[in-house]
Amino acid sequence: MDFKLKIWRQKNRDDRGRFVDYEVKNVSPDASFLEMLDILNVDLVKRGEEPVAFDHDCREGICGSCGLVVNGRSHGPGRGIATCELRMRGFKGGETIVAEPWRAKSFPILKDLIVDRTALDRIIAAGGYISSKTGAVPEANSIQVPKPAAEEAMDAASCIGCGACVAACPNSSAMLFVAAKVSHLALLPQGKVERKERVLKMIEQMDKEGFGNCSNNYACEAECPKKISVTHIARLNREFILAEIS
Amino acid sequence: MNKFTALYRSSVGKKIIMSLSGLFLCTFLVVHVVINLFLFKQDGGETYNRYSEFMSSNPFIRTIEIVLFAGLIAHVISGTLVWLKNRASRPVAYEMYQLKDNTTFTSRTPMLTASASLVGFFLVIHLRTFWVPNRFWETAPQSNYDLVAAAFSDPVYSLFYIVALVFLAFHLRHGFQSGFQTLGLSDKQYKWLIDSVAVIFWLFIPLMFAAMPAYFLWFK
Amino acid sequence: MKLDSKIPAGPIEKKWDSHRFNMKLVNPANKRKYSIIVIGTGLAGASAAASLGELGYNVLTFSYHESPRRAHSIAAQGGINAPKNYANDGDSIWRLFYDTVKGGDYRAREANVYRLAQVSGSIIDQCVAQGVPFARDYAGYLDNRSFGGAQVSRTFYARGQTGQQLLLGAYSALSRQINAGTVKFFPRREMLEVVLVDGQARGVVCRDLVTGKIETYAANAVVLATGGYANTFYLSTMAKASNATAIWRAYKKGAAFANPCFTQIHPTCIPQGGDYQSKLTLMSESLRNDGRIWVPKKKGDTRRADQIPEEERDYYLERLYPSFGNLVPRDVASRRAKEMCDKGYGVGPTSLAVYLDFAESIKRLGRHVIEERYGNLFDMYHEITAEDPYKGPMRIYPAVHYTMGGLWVDYNLMSTIPGLFVLGEANFSDHGANRLGASALMQGLADGYFVIPYTMGDYLASTKFKPVKVDDAPFIEAQGGIEGLIKKLMSINGKKTVEEFHRELGKIMWDNVGMGRNRAGLEKALKEIPRLRAEFWQNVKLVGVSNDMNAELERAGRVADFLELGELLAFDALHREESCGGHFREEHHTEEGEAQRNDKKFSYVAAWEFTGVGKKPILNKEPLKFEYVKPSQRSYK
Repeated sequence: MDFKLKIWRQKNRDDRGRFVDYEVKNVSPDASFLEMLDILNVDLVKRGEEPVAFDHDCREGICGSCGLVVNGRSHGPGRGIATCELRMRGFKGGETIVAEPWRAKSFPILKDLIVDRTALDRIIAAGGYISSKTGAVPEANSIQVPKPAAEEAMDAASCIGCGACVAACPNSSAMLFVAAKVSHLALLPQGKVERKERVLKMIEQMDKEGFGNCSNNYACEAECPKKISVTHIARLNREFILAEIS
Repeated sequence: MNKFTALYRSSVGKKIIMSLSGLFLCTFLVVHVVINLFLFKQDGGETYNRYSEFMSSNPFIRTIEIVLFAGLIAHVISGTLVWLKNRASRPVAYEMYQLKDNTTFTSRTPMLTASASLVGFFLVIHLRTFWVPNRFWETAPQSNYDLVAAAFSDPVYSLFYIVALVFLAFHLRHGFQSGFQTLGLSDKQYKWLIDSVAVIFWLFIPLMFAAMPAYFLWFK
Repeated sequence: MKLDSKIPAGPIEKKWDSHRFNMKLVNPANKRKYSIIVIGTGLAGASAAASLGELGYNVLTFSYHESPRRAHSIAAQGGINAPKNYANDGDSIWRLFYDTVKGGDYRAREANVYRLAQVSGSIIDQCVAQGVPFARDYAGYLDNRSFGGAQVSRTFYARGQTGQQLLLGAYSALSRQINAGTVKFFPRREMLEVVLVDGQARGVVCRDLVTGKIETYAANAVVLATGGYANTFYLSTMAKASNATAIWRAYKKGAAFANPCFTQIHPTCIPQGGDYQSKLTLMSESLRNDGRIWVPKKKGDTRRADQIPEEERDYYLERLYPSFGNLVPRDVASRRAKEMCDKGYGVGPTSLAVYLDFAESIKRLGRHVIEERYGNLFDMYHEITAEDPYKGPMRIYPAVHYTMGGLWVDYNLMSTIPGLFVLGEANFSDHGANRLGASALMQGLADGYFVIPYTMGDYLASTKFKPVKVDDAPFIEAQGGIEGLIKKLMSINGKKTVEEFHRELGKIMWDNVGMGRNRAGLEKALKEIPRLRAEFWQNVKLVGVSNDMNAELERAGRVADFLELGELLAFDALHREESCGGHFREEHHTEEGEAQRNDKKFSYVAAWEFTGVGKKPILNKEPLKFEYVKPSQRSYK
């Protein structure tokens, strides 16, 4: 398959950036989107041009490194996949494909399609954990967790921290990301002890990082590669209210 | 007070204020539509006039009115602040952004854009036609019923009123369930309930309001 | 080089306890005066950095990722072992110890394995306390499943994302320490050199991958937790950036590299689709519980699977291993698949695949049961190949996915360089010649949470440190060396891309040092690798500049190291004239074609010592004594 590409190129954080058109030829329909970029990059290097920089690592949809807005959709068209799982057979041969980085004030662009998502780590560092000390813990089975709670916690915990929710949200809100962590820990008995401080600190940090507000339009849920539900945002809100009024 | 300012400073806090005030405004809509339904009573507006007289003179209602305005202002201010921060959170726009693949029209155009400003406009005109003459005109020349009848007999006015109602409906379509989500009350087991009640608010209530100009235009 | 494994005296079940008592302690008030560098933030690195930070040490941790959570531990699917005996099926520390030593084909150090089994229970306690959402039964207690051919249910799991959940647990502990200020995290930094002062590891040289700046950091000790070297083979189930640079450069500074030829090949991966392919995707080996593996009886049969009648199919595993059938261990299943393909029975467009057929299970159990058990894997297969595995058989092929070898460490996890500790997959310690399923996560966390916090204290308390600064000569020198290396790479300006070199190396490795190894192939590899390496240093083409983000430059450094490591791997494989675990020498097999160990000659750890690029390394032997588990021949007939 042949494609025309329109890719965002930006030298570094301070560069203004622009779109550059490319062509790739003879791409197998079974190739992934990132493999198609690999092919382009080998071509570019051979021509002595700088390859397109993009984040990627595991290429099986779990590390959360990759993340491109492809044809206006976070992680490209398709549901429940990361960019590395996007296959070229879903596109029409000859089609022009637009690839952009995540765009949000809180995710400054480092180069081309690579953004800095350390804001998400700072939100976790602010309180997205249970403060258990190594070794100072009870026998594992002394804590019972009802199966439905464990399952729902697992749904939330499957977040890969890719930032697609922020990228997809018209407000660049990180609420689904924060909610996934708050919800995961609030559902478990181990996490209930610190639930109030946790939600307040995490939201405070989220605001400080410059993410937008949630306006409940659920674009995040639609683009989440792990299909994390917005009901976790409702739980986050509930946790916040509980922490505020008590 | 400290807690309140903390609440207002945080993004979620602002949203909570927005939903509480929004849902409070929704209860007002119910009262309002009920009284308006007396317009349809075939008594030359007697019952309607009596109730609107009661509404404008009862001290309790007058107090609630202030709260209502406070709610409206809180809703508008928090909504504006939220909107401003949201706009600032993405300084460079996407070249291609298929938001419509993932979201509903009403959720994309909430508050301050099309619908909100029109709702505001609707309220302004609305209050100008009814509330201002009642409150501030020294001699209200007609009864409230006559004011309504006169206003709705004007097709342009009625059309504007209905268009504004469509926007109100859009606003409520998103806003009502959104309020519950923000208050953390939209868990799976209540979702059906909220969705059903939402239909009353975004569909039936605006329809009932819209029935009034239609009634005066075509049947009166 | 003298190898002192420092295994404590006494009966095996008492060794760790008595050692913990005998180790020296650092006064709590003094802990913050010691700084420790931790490279890598996977299970081993993140848990080590968090635990050391919590103890009060001043920890500096580095990752080439932007976030600690992106390390490749995250991709582990199956689970983590611990002999809690919750299933009441007779599990015990002894049994896990026994299974691991036997599974490793008697090439692991008994004392280390016993300690691993001993602390593994605490790992589960720790993870539960952190909020890892393990699978639960209806009473709310932890659920277990059997895994990787074990006869007991001792595997704890969080759906098919156990590695992710455990890493996020360790990441949360690490984040807590970062917030507390005891750990400082340096994102997007790649370690390129270990700095030695008076023979002790006292610092590292890193490249800031965003600015390209070469930086140096000093500390009292350095911990490497940088994973394995499976990407030497180019196509593997490793993450793309996963590399051996940290351990390789430590090796070149004097750390012994143990058993490099012990690599594990996983039988159920999605086969390569074409030359464009960048990596292989693993599918849980649980698929073999209900899938039947077969190839056509006719060579080069190009018919579609559904057009090949039952009597023309060869269910070769069932034929060769009537009692274990499709459930033979990983190494056996992998080797047999390769054998069938080599003989010309392979299927699919590349003829490098065998069928894994669920038709019978679907008929017997119903589609919904199969969907419930493997739904996500079937979807993944469908997504990647565009073939519906509910309708026709899957095509599978083995792929490299773990390396048991690594830097040699003593019982304290210290390498032959004083002050340089090596944890997790990066060391060689616990899995011998073959790793059992669900044991990698266990080892990473055991090393990080429950071993290094003690042994590090002992090292710091019993060592004299002279004060060092990053502007001391050894640091300046090391930094200069790295800057020179980068300059050299940038200036070659040849014609071939890094990618092409890496693929070429991968092909040499896979063809000659892969699943079936023989003298001729290994000797061929030992000729071809140096040739390719020489070509690399004359003909590699890099673009861009070094003082900027430059993915090509990053890869060039890594591939340059693989080009040296590959040679050592082949060299080790050639020297080990026996077959054991993942190392199969075609010259050494039993009459039934199974791996034939040579305990008399090769019951030792081969710890190689660097003498120069392209020069023969020195072989140091650590003899292995088996006092508790008597070596025997594995049989799966």
